[in-house]
Amino acid sequence: MSGAEPGREGAAPAPVFAAPVFAAPVFAALGDATRLTLVSRLSDGQPRSIVQLTEGLELTRQGVTKHLRILEQAGLVASRRVGRESRFVFTPAPIAEVRHYLDRVSEQWDDALARLKSLVEDGEGGAR
Amino acid sequence: MDDRIEKVIELAAPVSRVWRALTDHEEFGRWFRVELDGPFEVGEVSRGRMTFPGYEGLPWEVLVRSLEPERLFSFSWRDVDPKTGVSSEAMMLVEFRLEAIPTGTRLTITESGFSALPDPRRLEAFRENTEGWNIQAGNLAAHVGG
Repeated sequence: MSGAEPGREGAAPAPVFAAPVFAAPVFAALGDATRLTLVSRLSDGQPRSIVQLTEGLELTRQGVTKHLRILEQAGLVASRRVGRESRFVFTPAPIAEVRHYLDRVSEQWDDALARLKSLVEDGEGGAR
Repeated sequence: MDDRIEKVIELAAPVSRVWRALTDHEEFGRWFRVELDGPFEVGEVSRGRMTFPGYEGLPWEVLVRSLEPERLFSFSWRDVDPKTGVSSEAMMLVEFRLEAIPTGTRLTITESGFSALPDPRRLEAFRENTEGWNIQAGNLAAHVGG
């Protein structure tokens, strides 16, 4: 998925454009202890029911369901009906993409700081 | 997952020199590749336009949070709707912390707030901002590397 705008292609190295749109809900979804626990429980790849996921938590099934929906909206879990109940499974792709996005932002800071360094140490970095 | 980016760099220049490169809006613009309308002032919005070949004029806007001389400079990115030029409230926080060391200055940069990004419309605006920043940084890399 590329967010490059027509007419701008070719003028710069291809940056990661689209990542932040999904990065935010992923960060928000993982910024909660209960949801981290749920992701951790699902991280072995095995599908689990809400009953199984509620075990050992100080939460009602409704509460757990609410958290699972938030994870689902962020693309971190998927659910499917098995008979009368939903089974939830971990879908890790968004985490890898967010990591990639953060790596890119991080690299961009490195580049900008290299220019800052050049400016303050050598008086360079001001060339337009 | 950590929702912040932290960078530490040691610069062979006195804190006063680094401070000026960060907070003098013209010097900032030289290494950050943006043409700013005026000096940074706490609590004020700093506006400008990117100066990259091919991307000139892309709006750039931050809310200045702190200017603690030779210690801390911080601002929040603001998202600007490229169509209307209207900006909404601040989001990502960028902090520059300076510390004197025997060889010059240790500069720590953090960018945080990824998890607090809001609804889709504003996310779209954020994407636009980030696009500019990404393009900018990519060109910087090419320039420095070349």
